[in-house]
Amino acid sequence: MSTGRPEPVERRKQSESLATPARSVLWWVGGVALVLISAVVGAAIGPAGPAWWRVPLALFDRLPLIGVESGVTDAQWNIVWQIRAPRVVLAALVGAMLSIAGASYQGAFRNPLVDPYLLGVAAGAGLGATVAFVLNREATQHWVIDPVPLAAFVGGLIAVALTYAVGTAFGANRSTTALVLAGVAVTSLATAIQTFVLQRNNDVVRQVYSWILGRLTTASWGDVRLVLPYVAVSSVVLLLHRRLIDVLRVGDDEARALGVNVDRVRLVVVLAATLGTSAAVAVSGLIGFVGIIVPHTVRLLLGASYRRVIPLSMFLGAAFLIAADIPGRVLTSPSETPIGVVTAFFGAPFFLLILRLRDQRA
Amino acid sequence: MNLLLSGFRVEFDGCPVVVGLDERVAAGEWLCVIGPNGAGKSSLLRGIAGLVPSSGTAQIGERHISDCTARETARLVAYVPQDPILPDDMSVYDYVMLGRNPYVHPFGRESSRDRDVVSRLVAELELAVYARRMLGTLSGGERQRVVVARALAQESPVLLLDEPTSALDIGHQQRALELVDSIRRERSITVVSAMHDLTLAGLYADRLLLLHQGVAVARGGARQVLRSETLAEFYGISARVIHEQDGTVVVVPQRMGGAS
Repeated sequence: MSTGRPEPVERRKQSESLATPARSVLWWVGGVALVLISAVVGAAIGPAGPAWWRVPLALFDRLPLIGVESGVTDAQWNIVWQIRAPRVVLAALVGAMLSIAGASYQGAFRNPLVDPYLLGVAAGAGLGATVAFVLNREATQHWVIDPVPLAAFVGGLIAVALTYAVGTAFGANRSTTALVLAGVAVTSLATAIQTFVLQRNNDVVRQVYSWILGRLTTASWGDVRLVLPYVAVSSVVLLLHRRLIDVLRVGDDEARALGVNVDRVRLVVVLAATLGTSAAVAVSGLIGFVGIIVPHTVRLLLGASYRRVIPLSMFLGAAFLIAADIPGRVLTSPSETPIGVVTAFFGAPFFLLILRLRDQRA
Repeated sequence: MNLLLSGFRVEFDGCPVVVGLDERVAAGEWLCVIGPNGAGKSSLLRGIAGLVPSSGTAQIGERHISDCTARETARLVAYVPQDPILPDDMSVYDYVMLGRNPYVHPFGRESSRDRDVVSRLVAELELAVYARRMLGTLSGGERQRVVVARALAQESPVLLLDEPTSALDIGHQQRALELVDSIRRERSITVVSAMHDLTLAGLYADRLLLLHQGVAVARGGARQVLRSETLAEFYGISARVIHEQDGTVVVVPQRMGGAS
């Protein structure tokens, strides 16, 4: 063969270092740093409250064993801590969840065009949550376990199962667009049923609509507490499966021959991603395109291995949604631009760009 | 290790595609399965690899495949399909590392031994220059070597190859088969391959097994199996079979209708 000699040692070292633990620790540290920086910026900017540069000082001041004179009054601190901070944390959780779920769906279905929205999961979860609102929200909202995320989960599961069944029946194995089209159909169906349910229940229409448009505006620490357990469980499961999702890239048959229990991995990944997405939708409403923009950005920057795409999508997604929430607060102040509008503004052109890049490759 | 099949049967929707096959392939032996399209060659390989349900027994050493989990099977049998999927944006090194999956904890990461095995294979198969290249940039011959490297990373005693040379030109076919031959001799790996090119099959395999509608209709060395009567009966072709002095058997198709 043409390329005879064994390679010099140096070269081989380089190739081995692709998957070494040291490198991946760096990525994790970088990811956490990115999220922290955007969180501080997010907490510092807003129409009312202290001057922006005092906020990091005030936050430092609150850390144990550190005393800094920040000049922030108690009232100003309340704006930062009770209004902005939960909103930033919620944006981080929702952004992380939608992105990690998007990356995982893309891996599980071996389809780079899907995300929680295009699969119909978000619309299904929205329908489930609407039904929970309609069935006497007054009585249920003080239950120990809030039924809204659970109802959203049931709706999201039914939607993703339907999309998968319809998509496979119409050739999702041959073409990536069949699954997306099935998702569009399921989304329309769920939205139609939701509209019908709302028309029948005029009294909750306002409540549900303000929530559909993205409810980060009214975020409280209660919302954070509500969604955190779901996001934590879902993210841990998806992170644990990142290597196996990477093996799925060679197709079901070969992954099976390599010893992967393909059906079980796909089921667990889809369940976990749907659980997290539904909980995110239940607190924040519909925020589109995050699950597709973020994983593809990571891919373009750092390569397509899910072992990297999944954790880094989580960090970048958190930072992205915190950042996307800022213009909504500032630009049209005192009224607010819903965050779903901001993400769609960036997301729609980006999605077209991805389609175009894929076309060129094929 | 030996591969032992007895009463081995593969069905699709109740329709038998491999029927009651008995066969014993010794450690380090190369058995080539030949037969017309639809004879059941691929189904036989997929059955042994545990990818389709089968009945009867398939045994590797002392282990019955039917008792093994997917991970255990993958340590015993490496399977290379006819058209492996090579993700364009996966690096050669990462792809070969997939072969270590049966040894890596599902939720863990590769050990230094896994990395050693892969680095050694990458060097041995002269892929080191490509290690960081993406699969989408490789030529047909390079892709074939990468796929073989991934299969060898499984360190399994049995290697199943479905049409390993179908996408290659004649030079690369020969190089790929020479590579498989040297590897199986070195590591005494049992090879079962399905092949269309009868001359190449006869050249490289120790024994041939001719399948027709799922039944083994002829078996043995190239001289015994590759005969013009046999080929006429089961392939429906008219072919001249030339026995060279060095033992090579050459199959030359002839024009239909006796044109000369």
